Amino acid sequence: MPTPILEIDGLSKQFTLHDQGQCIPSCEQVALEVYRGELTALVGPTGAGKSSVLKAIYRTYLPSSGRILYRDAEDRITDLAQASEHRILELRRREIGFVTQFLHCLPRKSALEVVAEPLLRRGGNREAAAEQASELLSLLNVPERLWQVSPATFSGGEKQRVNLARGLIARPRLLLLDEPTASLDPATTDRVVELLQAIKGEGVAMLAIFHHPQLVERLAEQVVTLQPPRPTPAMLEAHTS
Amino acid sequence: MKRILEVRGLSKIHGHGCPRCIDSTGPEVDSNICPHCGAVVAAHDISFDLHEGEILGIMGESGSGKSTLVKTLFFDETPTVGEVLFFDGERQWDLFALNAAEQRWLRNHRFGMVYQNPHLGLNFKVSAGGNIAERLLMSDLSHYGEIRERARQLLARTEVLPERMDESPKQFSGGMQQRVQIAKALATQPPLLFLDEVTTGLDLSVQARILDLILEIQQELGTAMIVVTHDLGVIRLLTGRTIVMKYGRVIESGLTDQILEDPQHAYTQRLVASAL
Repeated sequence: MPTPILEIDGLSKQFTLHDQGQCIPSCEQVALEVYRGELTALVGPTGAGKSSVLKAIYRTYLPSSGRILYRDAEDRITDLAQASEHRILELRRREIGFVTQFLHCLPRKSALEVVAEPLLRRGGNREAAAEQASELLSLLNVPERLWQVSPATFSGGEKQRVNLARGLIARPRLLLLDEPTASLDPATTDRVVELLQAIKGEGVAMLAIFHHPQLVERLAEQVVTLQPPRPTPAMLEAHTS
Repeated sequence: MKRILEVRGLSKIHGHGCPRCIDSTGPEVDSNICPHCGAVVAAHDISFDLHEGEILGIMGESGSGKSTLVKTLFFDETPTVGEVLFFDGERQWDLFALNAAEQRWLRNHRFGMVYQNPHLGLNFKVSAGGNIAERLLMSDLSHYGEIRERARQLLARTEVLPERMDESPKQFSGGMQQRVQIAKALATQPPLLFLDEVTTGLDLSVQARILDLILEIQQELGTAMIVVTHDLGVIRLLTGRTIVMKYGRVIESGLTDQILEDPQHAYTQRLVASAL
């Protein structure tokens, strides 16, 4: 039996909004495992907290309870829900990548720079990083005339491919993907599927949210279904009063 | 990554203070002025670590104590109580146990500061190049030609026209003055840099260029930085971790994206919600 690279148990997240006097549950009692060279798909209706799980793993959200055990390249186990900020930053730099749903980028950075950045942050060479970035962009069908332009002006699908290239360039050990193909045409979607299959073959572990059940079928070894959290007593009270 | 700075229980009270100062001030009572003795609790019990090459943000409104904090670390102010260790290669310095000469040496050689007000960081009686030469002279360089060449390089790196190096910074725009300050701060290649509201009050386009420059320098030289600002945009662009201060206290700290997307404290939630 292989050991998982990521093992989540009892993960819940609530948002306490002080000024509104509300507590909003986002995901509840999530348990899942991700293995090297495999893809675990997170499925469930809108509001089931799929994105929240990814953000909690990356610590963009502070988990309310539960364990997120990550096994690093040296076989040490870190609970990402409890680890120090410096440890999280180190893992983000070296091992854990996140392709978010929307690309946030500066209007004065070119697509090539945006994609190359994770390599530079690891201390990579500027020219080599630019070369790898161009390879990925052409692999993902991003027209060369756009490479020197800021993605701020790109279409949704183009932005998404830039975002994906940026997430893949540093070959993380664990890759979190939030709807990486939502605005892509079928041909480009096929390219992305091929690419994800290829990096799976290299041993990268993935936890992904997909728009299409078909993609889940094509790519996922495991499927985890989330249900929207039940409303808390406090919420019900606020609703009836 | 190795630790470069360790701050433990740092406090600064202006005035004599009384036993009730701490309990009578802070975010809960919305004031940093002690109602019993009139002392100002500018910062109380601040603790954090900074790692090599890391950029830490300190965010808060005016009066939150964020500037007091960096000014104390740069020896512009003396703390009331607290300990700060600075790790420099093999050496370890206990900042507030040093004598004045040792503190001056660290300030001139191993730390750099960029102030919001260029008058604090630059000598307007001498040229831009002269300002940098002043700092280089304090280090090991003493050959005139070498100093001039190094000053020219630093100004070129911070995008100040070398042809203008013999002019007084008085004649420069606000953005250019900040660039000269950055060049001066970097002259001795310090491993630790303090930036106190360096882009506040500048045009947006100028702000962006200066922030980009700061990021480039951090990537090239691996300089650790503490960035003090009230501007969420600066925090988002520059920092990996953020400390939120109010009325002299740390009310929240965390990874910058977490502070911005999932702030825990009511005050931080309001601050983030008021972003433009």
